[in-house]
Amino acid sequence: MRLPCPICGERDRREFYYKGDALALDRPAGDADGGVWDDYLHNRDNLAGVVRELWHHAGGCGAWIVVTRDTVTHEVHGAERVGKAKA
Amino acid sequence: MAKLIETTPCAGLLPLSIGGVNIHEINLGQVTLVAPYAGGAKATSDALKAAIGVTFPKPNRTNGAGPRAIWCGLDQALIVGGACPDLPQAAVVDHSDAWAVVRIEGAEAEAVLARLVPADLRASVFKRGHTVRTMLVHMNVGITRVGASAFEVMAMRSMAGTLVHDLEQAAKGVAARALI
Amino acid sequence: MRVAGKGHTDAAETVHFTFDGQSYAGRKGETLAAALLANGVKLVGRSFKYHRPRGIVTAGSEEPNALVTVGTGGGQDPNVRATTLEIYDGLEVRSQNAWPSLKYDMMSVNDLAAPFLSAGFYYKTFMWPKAFWESLYEPVIRKAAGLGALSGDINDDIYEKAFAHCDLLIIGAGPAGLMAALTAGRAGVDVILADEDSQMGGRLLAETFTVDGQDGADWAADAVSELAAMDNVRLMTRTTITGAYDQGTYGAIEQVGHHVARADAPDLPRECFWRIVAKRAVLCAGALERPIAFPNNDRPGIMMASAVRSYLNRWGVAPGKAVTIFANNDDAHRTAVDLIAAGVKVAGVIDVRADVQAMGDYPLYTSGAVTATKGRLALESITITHAVGTREIRTDCLAMSGGWNPTVHLTCHMNGRPTWDETLLSFVPTDGSIPGLTVAGAAAGHMSTLGALQSGAKGAAAAVADLGVTAKVDVPTAEDDPYRIEACWQVDGKGRKWLDFQNDVHVKDIKLAAQENFRSVEHMKRYTTQGMATDQGKSSNVAALAVLADATGRGIPETGTTTFRPPYVPVSIAAMGAGSQGHGFAPKRLTTSHHASTGRSAPMIEAGLWYRPSYFPAPGEKTWLESCNREVGYVRDAVGVCDVSTLGKIDIQGPDAAAFLDFVYANTFSTLRENRVRYGLMLREDGHVMDDGTTARLGADHYVMTTTTAAAGQVMTHLEWVAQALRPDLDVRFASVTEQWAQFAVAGPRSRALLNTVLDDPITGEDWPFMSCGAVSIGGIEGRLFRISFSGEHAYEIAVPSRYGASLFRLLVAQAEAMEGGAYGMEALNVLRIEKGFITHAEIHGRVTAFDIGMDRMVSRKKDCIGFAASRREGLLDGQRERLVGLRSVNGTDKITAGAHLFVEGADAVSDNDQGYITSVCWSPTLDSHIGLGFVKDGPSRLGEHVVAVDHVRGVTVTCEVCSPVFFDPDGGRVRG
Repeated sequence: MRLPCPICGERDRREFYYKGDALALDRPAGDADGGVWDDYLHNRDNLAGVVRELWHHAGGCGAWIVVTRDTVTHEVHGAERVGKAKA
Repeated sequence: MAKLIETTPCAGLLPLSIGGVNIHEINLGQVTLVAPYAGGAKATSDALKAAIGVTFPKPNRTNGAGPRAIWCGLDQALIVGGACPDLPQAAVVDHSDAWAVVRIEGAEAEAVLARLVPADLRASVFKRGHTVRTMLVHMNVGITRVGASAFEVMAMRSMAGTLVHDLEQAAKGVAARALI
Repeated sequence: MRVAGKGHTDAAETVHFTFDGQSYAGRKGETLAAALLANGVKLVGRSFKYHRPRGIVTAGSEEPNALVTVGTGGGQDPNVRATTLEIYDGLEVRSQNAWPSLKYDMMSVNDLAAPFLSAGFYYKTFMWPKAFWESLYEPVIRKAAGLGALSGDINDDIYEKAFAHCDLLIIGAGPAGLMAALTAGRAGVDVILADEDSQMGGRLLAETFTVDGQDGADWAADAVSELAAMDNVRLMTRTTITGAYDQGTYGAIEQVGHHVARADAPDLPRECFWRIVAKRAVLCAGALERPIAFPNNDRPGIMMASAVRSYLNRWGVAPGKAVTIFANNDDAHRTAVDLIAAGVKVAGVIDVRADVQAMGDYPLYTSGAVTATKGRLALESITITHAVGTREIRTDCLAMSGGWNPTVHLTCHMNGRPTWDETLLSFVPTDGSIPGLTVAGAAAGHMSTLGALQSGAKGAAAAVADLGVTAKVDVPTAEDDPYRIEACWQVDGKGRKWLDFQNDVHVKDIKLAAQENFRSVEHMKRYTTQGMATDQGKSSNVAALAVLADATGRGIPETGTTTFRPPYVPVSIAAMGAGSQGHGFAPKRLTTSHHASTGRSAPMIEAGLWYRPSYFPAPGEKTWLESCNREVGYVRDAVGVCDVSTLGKIDIQGPDAAAFLDFVYANTFSTLRENRVRYGLMLREDGHVMDDGTTARLGADHYVMTTTTAAAGQVMTHLEWVAQALRPDLDVRFASVTEQWAQFAVAGPRSRALLNTVLDDPITGEDWPFMSCGAVSIGGIEGRLFRISFSGEHAYEIAVPSRYGASLFRLLVAQAEAMEGGAYGMEALNVLRIEKGFITHAEIHGRVTAFDIGMDRMVSRKKDCIGFAASRREGLLDGQRERLVGLRSVNGTDKITAGAHLFVEGADAVSDNDQGYITSVCWSPTLDSHIGLGFVKDGPSRLGEHVVAVDHVRGVTVTCEVCSPVFFDPDGGRVRG
């Protein structure tokens, strides 16, 4: 598996660390309702199909990126840096 | 007064000459990590250009021949081989002692690195002056092509022994193939 | 026997090898199978389950039968295919799965018991009684059934892994692959051409075809020479592409050193496991000939017709003196013609088809079938039926061909399913099964030489066109005979009709599976073990499907195929794990003081990747505890020196550095004054403790954070996450400076006195109060000094650039020793911190909160921070949670153990009664007692209570008193001294 780092170009998967669904980018306000925090912290869908995932180019430039990927075909549609991406 | 003595990261480990490659330690002299603040990239690059004649490098690239600027990660570069000027619009960190730096050169240097490194270092795509942040087996490293068949590898100082071990094992395997 | 004038190995040097102890001569570089056949050896192994005598079936990597063991001791290689092993002088080979000898195998009684050993035997028989599993079934059956074995010794052989990159990967170097490589290579793209054979050419080496008017093998040699001269083409022989993976990544196993005696090349890897990244790929893997399931079709001497031609045309060996041929396609006749031309007698060609003509002077039996075979250890005769009767033919070699299966395996590795082709009577690859991969040649169903050449050229041209390169398609002339075949999967008759030779599966097993309703092909496979041996049923799967289809009244396409998974050929675990033994297992991080420590005989302990000294033994000390107690005394009574460089150090700068720290730490750092240090607690977003450490403010916008040794990497990743993803609004930059600075703790009442012997400018208590920091100079070298303590004593940490670390450590230790102190290691460091109730990751193990460790008041209510919201959850602030306490052995002398669980006195030591657990323990020489830290339900309310610590693992039960975690100097007077 290879991922397209927006900084370094396409690289082997072993250079990347996986965090999970990109919804972790949508951090609730500190005083948000408990249920909102539970959803943010713990609840994840397990989708078959196109997903947006957070990866860290830990073995490369250090960028955190959002990878759009199909979990059925394994096709990688693209990647962009967090901060420029919305969950 | 106390007197402190210097020790290099690869002391006692290098040089090595195995088959088609030579591996020796490089002393980069002063190494400064520069990370421009938001909006400070141009001012930082201009200041570097004015002071030491190199601009801030693009990703996967190095600039300069005497003093060099080596890209080393997201919005970061190492200024090596010379003093770094004052850069008010950047974070500046002394990294002169942070790295073990070795030069591996020879006809089989690329083949040796191909045993260890997942990044594409073919001469056709990874040219002199190109640099890459990648992994050498388990270690995070920076690799720069410094000649037609010469590379500079930078790893964490504390991992110097493992860096030399991994290069040595790979070089032995490559050298053995040439004998059959 | 050798056939004069045939084969390409005439010039090879003669070498000697042994098979089961018997010495034979062969030609260097030929396969073991060719050499054995040249010496008239037909019996090479016993089958997996029934121990039936078996011989060589194929001439390639698909070989199901001829598996042998090479060498002895740690380097012993089992299950090596005789059809791919190249012989060399001194090679030692043994047969497998036979005792006491290949000819007289005791376990062949299994064959007589065959009616009881049918498909599903294991499932039906070994159900009960349960006790029989360990006493009978497992040991006996394991011994009886099986292939080769490992020696059990450590293997010192070298294996290797490597990466490669190219524009175009061409898999297989037969006519299609060579033509593809020529086409792409001439167009200038970066090509890797990989072939599993020792020599490129594929079937051109084994047939008598001509290409461009030239002998096919000569044309192949010329093509290889042209390719070898191209800088942009890399030729990889003995390299099998084993798997197709995502985004153009391919696995490959290269047999680097199996054809060389170890003594001739001690550093040579045996195998190399390649990860090849290709923008495009062309699969030119050819096709595999399939057997026909006729009665007793497994006798030594019965082999594939294509293998007979390989041995004859490539290796110059005739596998028999009177050869018969049984086929359902024209390859039968091609084989006969080649044999006759070489002077080998053809005793008859049995063709299942009615309407065929002989292509030479040999007896042809049309509408024919082989219905029986004879010969215990080697084939002696066959019985056939044909258009006008039956007869017995004396023959010592029967060549069979049931047609060809395109090698579709790689196209199925990413969930692709092959398509049934009614004309070829085979599965062919389905387009687009692997992104970026096209299929050419026989693998795509192009069965003639010209067809292979043309599709190879076109496939390569199309692939490089995708990369924006135009390639010229220029194909030489070659045979273009049609591929004529008639279906024939099995022949009726008395006796077992073998399908999977390697797992001993025959037609009746498949029918039994269908009868017992294992009708799905995947169920049939598992019930019968068809295709589950090391050859993965390469030659047998399609025939087995055909039998299943027939037995279930379905067509073959409806029946479908099982799933082909990587690897295409067996890959040694040693190759997969190459480089990961010993030092290669993980990087070793050594401190600058490492050699000074080992020079003092300090045993090293691993802390993450770091190696740290446990203790520094002194003359006369017999146990680690003696050394540890002495070192604790240094710090409590005089001064100790300890390398703390392994703690993570992160330089943080920027206009928003303070705001950033306020966000990542539970407590506040924006209020910290310059040249001061503060302890910080970092939470995870779920409200539990991530890490702790001190952070110093070096300037208005400049901090340096310390992390624990264990969590340094995790914290750095976390900071990058927060800065990039959650707070890109904050202008802050950070860099690890762990490696830049060598840092040493100087701890104890005489620490300041010691420092003043090495610092250029002495320090005073007024200028350097507890939790201060700043720049200092040592011998003109600029360093940093932090007045912080992990022991509860008056202490400092002094940092210098790492190049001076070794020197400073020796200097500090020498000065300490002059003051009745010295170096201390991890054991003493641990005792010192437990005596003070300081936590490490033994306590902050991932399930504890700031509340649990008594630090909830540190969590600032005045700002948001990572983990704040979640830390307020009711359940995380429940007083009944297990909370940090100290534990003291009630009588002082009973040793308590980490991991023990705590119970109320008199309660049963079962999980329902669990009151908590112990995380850290030590013998405290300061308090003269065994003490520990742990977590007890509502612990802070239970000080003074007695609890019983039960360690079920070590069998230790000790009564403890619950106490404050701060055992020593609770007022903290010493640290400020």
